[in-house]
Amino acid sequence: MKMNFKKTVAAVTASACLMLLMVAADMPTATTGYKAGDKARDFNLKNIDGTMMSLATNKLATKGAIVIFTCNHCPFSIAYEDRINALNKKYQLQGYPVVAINPNDPAIEADDSYANMQQRAKDKAFTFPYLLDNTQEIARTYGAARTPHVYVLKKEGSDFVVKYVGAIDDNKDAPEAVTKKYVESAVNELIAGKEVSQNFTKAIGCGIKWKKAN
Amino acid sequence: MLKHLFWIMLFLSLAGKSTAQTVQVVKFDALDALLKSSSDTTYVINFWATWCKPCVHELPGFCKMDSMYKGQKIKLILISMDFVKDVHSHLEPFLKQKKMMNTVWLLNDPDYNAWIDKVDPSWGGSLPATLVFNNKMKKRTFHEEELTFEELNNTVKPYITAH
Repeated sequence: MKMNFKKTVAAVTASACLMLLMVAADMPTATTGYKAGDKARDFNLKNIDGTMMSLATNKLATKGAIVIFTCNHCPFSIAYEDRINALNKKYQLQGYPVVAINPNDPAIEADDSYANMQQRAKDKAFTFPYLLDNTQEIARTYGAARTPHVYVLKKEGSDFVVKYVGAIDDNKDAPEAVTKKYVESAVNELIAGKEVSQNFTKAIGCGIKWKKAN
Repeated sequence: MLKHLFWIMLFLSLAGKSTAQTVQVVKFDALDALLKSSSDTTYVINFWATWCKPCVHELPGFCKMDSMYKGQKIKLILISMDFVKDVHSHLEPFLKQKKMMNTVWLLNDPDYNAWIDKVDPSWGGSLPATLVFNNKMKKRTFHEEELTFEELNNTVKPYITAH
């Protein structure tokens, strides 16, 4: 009787540990996700105009794309809305359009619902697509850790290769006090046919609102 | 008359104490000095903001821990990442409303890329985040997530009982 009990406890403990490992491995961390040089997977996500959008069918993404994980509720994202719009206006006709993706679960953060995304785009006159990552698979695969979080991609053949990961610039509070425009520098270097000299930065942002496991 | 004056003065000084909580606005070098010190104090550094829901949710646990270990060599510093323009309009009223008298700094150092890794190289930059360290013990723990009181206490306990 005693032997069976011990074996059962061991088996249950082992299974629990295995499950924990599987769950932990599934959770994106700052060290997982894309870095410069990785091929970025394409997506097929719903845009605020009701159509589905992918990188492959984005007519403006002739040289690459500026993928930005961002959302409605986060004060850091809000502080960057005008600058994200400006990036799109500057680069969409040079082959590098902005594609904004909301990675958050609207059940956790109601401000980030599809309807609210449509409203924000209207209120702030967004010129770029604003897609909802409804399964959060894209955010997880890319390794988005916060909002906003930028991935500059360069088109190589039919692949989109990651060339820069990180922050938009070095001052969320004051655009006039910015000294380093990381995304602009990266895209300018790509347009000039150069490699990106600073291909990774970090910033503070709001955590992604991951769906809770059932 | 003098007796009345005494009570009035006492009341005024106590009233002043209970409403005052001014926040120190700092640059990263203030935290850097602690990170580099050889002190045997255990520091619990919590990065939060008034608008960050999970941050606000876990704050009571930090306040509870702070009072529980009063008198021990442990110091809690709540580092707010609120916008500096909101110090008087949002942050201080928030602290007053919650009756929080813990040490609160507002970190006004927007070149985040220059210092995030100094807090912890694994930090992806999201809030809340908590760093516990004791340089004399050569011990540090970092969490990039909301902590329950139990999780926080279990993190902190090994730093206390080892003394």
